[in-house]
Amino acid sequence: MIPRPFFLLILALLAAPFAPLGVQAQEAPVIDRSATGGASTLEDILARQAQQKLDDSYRSEDVGDPARAAPETAPLGSLGGISQAEDWRALRYNKADVTVSSRSPAADVLMQDGGMAWLAFRAGPLITYGGWLLLGTLALLALFYALRGRIRTDGPLTGRKVLRFPSIERFAHWLLGGSFILLGLTGLFQLFGRKFIIPLVGHEAFAPLAVGGKWVHNNVAWAFMLGLVMVTVFWLVHNIPNKHDLKWLAVGGGLFSKGVHPPAKKFNAGQKIIFWAVLVLGISISVSGLSLLFPFELPMFAGTFDLLNGTGLPQALGFGTLPTALAPHEEMQLAQLWHAIIAFVFIAIILAHIYLGSVGMEGAFDAMGSGEVDEQWAKEHHGLWLDEVKAKAADAKAGANKAATPAE
Amino acid sequence: MKSMYLAFLAIAVVAVVAYFGLGYAGFSSQEVTSSPAVRLN
Repeated sequence: MIPRPFFLLILALLAAPFAPLGVQAQEAPVIDRSATGGASTLEDILARQAQQKLDDSYRSEDVGDPARAAPETAPLGSLGGISQAEDWRALRYNKADVTVSSRSPAADVLMQDGGMAWLAFRAGPLITYGGWLLLGTLALLALFYALRGRIRTDGPLTGRKVLRFPSIERFAHWLLGGSFILLGLTGLFQLFGRKFIIPLVGHEAFAPLAVGGKWVHNNVAWAFMLGLVMVTVFWLVHNIPNKHDLKWLAVGGGLFSKGVHPPAKKFNAGQKIIFWAVLVLGISISVSGLSLLFPFELPMFAGTFDLLNGTGLPQALGFGTLPTALAPHEEMQLAQLWHAIIAFVFIAIILAHIYLGSVGMEGAFDAMGSGEVDEQWAKEHHGLWLDEVKAKAADAKAGANKAATPAE
Repeated sequence: MKSMYLAFLAIAVVAVVAYFGLGYAGFSSQEVTSSPAVRLN
């Protein structure tokens, strides 16, 4: 059964495809262990297999005690009060006094039982639902293309060009977009490698892909974060919602019917949705990525759970109080899962963005290619923005004429 | 298209600088997770 913190990841996304995972573990009945002298019974094993929630304090606290050791002269006295089984239990429940020569913050955690739940989630629901989300998005886009075709400019092109994005904004867009594509591909290589790519190409061929992909993923991440900061600075002010967005949304942006061109400024409502999604998901994926880049140094989930507990939301949703004392490895596992879930949603959204910016709409790529669009295209898709641009140009011309007029 | 190609070049430059910069600043896995008692080379 998937532990409770993993459910929260899904809940926070409010993603319907993940909802079936949100099943709570049932409490196991109280078990009488007198027949085994306090050790695990058949009922314990069956309850574990049935994925019931077990109170395992009878094991976690049974880690031996040197003070209870028999005198060395007594039979078995040399055991010292802690048996091997008790030693292993102490390691298993992180209660052993461990000394290691590694400086890593979590190096003294030799056993961490959350690992199996994480692995099961990563190899199971995560790649299953994530993979279907991406395939489903591609299928929807293909269907949309089949039904609607390429969205053409309705009126005749004028041949007059308008500068839509200056070079620095295009640079920021491609810094973000190029790094995102690299990160998406290498991230998918890492996640789907064992299940899909290794069976296809073999271990030897996959190894350099995995090593190279990891290098690219770890280091290109900085370019992504830089691009995210740049587009936020350039475009945040243009993406504040306004009344025109409602009109745009009411007619679906004209995407589904010919000849419909709702008014829009520099960015229409659809682009604003993409912008805010990129900003929110980009920050979230960057923070969880930093947590993974600097292992054990930037734990983020215990604090987040504490904040969430304060809102009362997890309790209201029936998840009870979320754990705020997480082992270092649990923090890393949650960060990895969160990073991957956000990435799947992010990739799905960006697939739609790439479609509309390339094959889906005539003239859209020019805005980010050469930076200039045809006036007719601008009139149909960003009419209010075109009016502003023309008004500014007219003002600038008037100002220049005035300055050029000799003083009387 | 020049902006696009420049951005792609910048991605490569940032990645290489990040790799060597973080290594130089002592953030390599070897430096972070090993101690003098561990011989890795």
